[in-house]
Amino acid sequence: MKKAINLNVNGVSHTDEVEPRMLLVHYLRDVLELTGTHVGCETSLCGACTVMFDGQAVKSCTVFAVQADGSSITTIEGLATNGELHPVQEGFWEKHGLQCGYCTPGMIVTAAQLLERNADPSREEICHGLEGNLCRCTGYQHIIEAVQYAAAKKAGHG
Amino acid sequence: MTENYVGRRVKRTEDPRLIRGLAHYVDDIALPNTLHVAFVRSYYAHAKINGIDTSAALAVPGVVAVYTGKDVADKIGPVPCAGALPDLKVPDHRVLAKNKVYFVGHPVVAIVAKDRYAARDAADLVVVDYEDLPAVTDVEAAAAGGPVIHDGFSDNIAYKLTSGEGDVDAAFAAADRTVKQRVLHKRLAPIAMEPRGVLARYYPGEQELTIWSSTQIPHLMRTQVAIMIGMPENKLRVITPEVGGGFGSKLNVYSEEALLGWISMQLGKPVKWIETRRENIQATIHGRGQVGDIEVAFKNDGTLLGLRYTVFADMGAYHQLLTPAIPTLTGLMLSGAYKIPAIQMNITACFTNKMATDAYRGAGRPEATYIVERALDLVALELGVDPTEVRRMNFPAANEFPFHTATGLDYDSGDYEAALNKAQQIIDYTSLREEQKKAREEGRLIGIGVSTYVEICALGPSQAMPAGGWESATVRIEPTGKVTVLTGASPHGQGQETSFAQIAADELGVDLNDVAVIHGDTGIVQYGIGTFGSRATAVGGTAVYVAIQKLKEKAHKIATHMLKADASRVSFEGGKYSRQAAAAASATGTSEPVVPVAEAPAAALPEPQTEGKTSLTIQEIALAAHIAKDLPPDTEPGLSATYFFEPKNFTFPFGTHICVVEIDRETGDIKFLRYVAVDDCGKVINPMLVDGQVHGGIVQSIGQAMYEEVVYDDSGQLLTGTLMDYAVPRASHVPDFELDRTETPSPVNPLGVKGVGEAGTIGATPAVVGAIVDALAPFGVKHMDMPIKPENVWRIISHG
Repeated sequence: MKKAINLNVNGVSHTDEVEPRMLLVHYLRDVLELTGTHVGCETSLCGACTVMFDGQAVKSCTVFAVQADGSSITTIEGLATNGELHPVQEGFWEKHGLQCGYCTPGMIVTAAQLLERNADPSREEICHGLEGNLCRCTGYQHIIEAVQYAAAKKAGHG
Repeated sequence: MTENYVGRRVKRTEDPRLIRGLAHYVDDIALPNTLHVAFVRSYYAHAKINGIDTSAALAVPGVVAVYTGKDVADKIGPVPCAGALPDLKVPDHRVLAKNKVYFVGHPVVAIVAKDRYAARDAADLVVVDYEDLPAVTDVEAAAAGGPVIHDGFSDNIAYKLTSGEGDVDAAFAAADRTVKQRVLHKRLAPIAMEPRGVLARYYPGEQELTIWSSTQIPHLMRTQVAIMIGMPENKLRVITPEVGGGFGSKLNVYSEEALLGWISMQLGKPVKWIETRRENIQATIHGRGQVGDIEVAFKNDGTLLGLRYTVFADMGAYHQLLTPAIPTLTGLMLSGAYKIPAIQMNITACFTNKMATDAYRGAGRPEATYIVERALDLVALELGVDPTEVRRMNFPAANEFPFHTATGLDYDSGDYEAALNKAQQIIDYTSLREEQKKAREEGRLIGIGVSTYVEICALGPSQAMPAGGWESATVRIEPTGKVTVLTGASPHGQGQETSFAQIAADELGVDLNDVAVIHGDTGIVQYGIGTFGSRATAVGGTAVYVAIQKLKEKAHKIATHMLKADASRVSFEGGKYSRQAAAAASATGTSEPVVPVAEAPAAALPEPQTEGKTSLTIQEIALAAHIAKDLPPDTEPGLSATYFFEPKNFTFPFGTHICVVEIDRETGDIKFLRYVAVDDCGKVINPMLVDGQVHGGIVQSIGQAMYEEVVYDDSGQLLTGTLMDYAVPRASHVPDFELDRTETPSPVNPLGVKGVGEAGTIGATPAVVGAIVDALAPFGVKHMDMPIKPENVWRIISHG
């Protein structure tokens, strides 16, 4: 029995009928064709599927699409504004914070939300903030530097 | 004027699509009417299949087809193994289990449905009547006897092999001292963040099959899948879109790749399967899996005389592509960075009821480095000298290269002492040891671990490889002046779209942004071998470099003709062919601006303006070569060149890693104080990419040393089947690394590069373990097996 949902994704309003068991990540990827959000473990452990859900970084592989009814979602595709990269996106490019790129969208969304909570995080706070996101390529050091770059940029020192 | 790109930190051209979420991995490709595949996999390690009831599954709405092992047994050939060893037992490995299952995760039934939810629902409704059989899980027990896994074999031994040179028995007889240590290398899961995935589309009219797969080896996979499913290879196209990490786990040909292709041919529709993480840990290859004894013979002054490694290697239930070859790579690197006159390795490789082991980042070489470096630490302990001392005195000197080892290799170039000196200097080793002494007096547990590794890269000469060790490149300059590089390498995170463009831009004197590097599509790119074994830049990058030289020979000929000059008077510099004035120092011969390619009329090629010019850009020559109205006699139109580079030897990167840890006496918690890595990977194309490779490698090493272990229980049940149980390092687990380099060019290729993809995973593990062991030296600890967890440490501190 499908259920109607209405939500805002990257500033665009969507109304769709979905199966109650459809995962939010599948709704974003398969229905809205926003494939930048990835699935890495289906168990909330890797963070590749992280999206901004009403301002919170949330793992979309363990949220049903129906739970997102009435909410506002930002995915990696919605982070840049008017073609201008988000400071975290810029930081990842500048500091080589990605290699294969698969964890990157989730990592960037998590980091963006981290900086909204804490504009000037210490290295330890960055590491703690990224605990829920796994990267197998970079060894994290360049990711941490990317977040530091973004923090400085946002503070106007970039 | 163009800049020099090689050697500089150039930001990656790959990144804009990746950081914006606009790249396409396999699951991001959506074809109309795609069917989805889910697998029923064995939850027994070893069982007989007495029957399969698929009726309930077939009744699920949306289910289109169900296939069992019996349905495909005579349709799809065996999963290939490329290992060629004497008397190697190769089990008949089919894409779906037929009569028996041999490991947890063994695929038994494939369900095809209109959406992935329906396919998974149906998979749950398949009833398989299993008859449990005793599982073989311990590799040494498997060698000793007991139940035999595969029908038709007399035992579980896949092969036995003794390798090495020199008289090891004599070395041990002559030694002042010997040390012996049992060493475990636990099974590891590669955990590429993107699990495997396959999309196959068959066009019945054209009789063409396209397979998109998350693989490191598109061409090798195409050949093997063509053989497996009886498809003409020239009608099969393999595309690797964006690949989310491999680490060796996608250097393989898997059941699912052939099966999906075959299913698409049966149904005439696209079919897709995306591996779940649970499937990934069950049924994507594992790494390592060795249990061995290391013995070292040496003199009282520390001179090494001989080394013997007797090892049981866990193959798992079947051979995947390179399974049996991996322990032999361990054997090749047992000389480490040292002069050891006699070396022997005795391998007993056994089948067990587990997933196959195969190449995981380092592939046999981390085992070797770990063994040798642990052994050197034990020798130092035995002699009561600093671990750096016993290493330094056994290094071959910089002038002793090429250096022949008793494992049969010739190390290309090196200066091991320079890397050690640099690392010691950076960390201020002497003061560090003093601080450690002081700290110990205060009761603090600080440990220092040193690893002076060497690795074998740029795999490799074809003679030493199962299926070709060369790499290919085509470089062409299009009429508009844009440069296309087609590489047979298949990067999946290494950044070669950037580093190969750096090479091409420099060699052609063009802007980096004018170069596009294309890879991973057998329909477009000439045959290639792929990306693994730290080979892509050393072998594939060299192919690009040499192809460009060929292209430039032709361009030079055309330039000479167009400039109406003697060949000897036309030189190439900064992207331009210039006619040298007969008289000295005429600086007037400059070219007009490049043909304005961006504004070229769409309907026709612009005419090159060459009248009265004394120089032409290579891009202007490309245009002339395509218009072909005024070429030198007997010159083919177009401007492109292809080269297949066959290296004469491997390359041997090396370095020194020094790790400092402090252990919490109360909790056993291990904290990194410093980590210094001095790596020498030959000439560096892009230092930023090299740093990234080193960081990532070290962290995988830290994972092996402190966190990671695939655990099967005695019944062969997989206990670490999710990322909840299999611990991949997180950001808070790792230190800030202090990296530096020495640069010893390789003489094996004209770029002088060696390779760096696996350096971190090879060099770091012994440094980390060495540091922890050293911290626990006050408790008499000489060795600990990985992964070393706080619990193990706490037990030692608490109970002695």
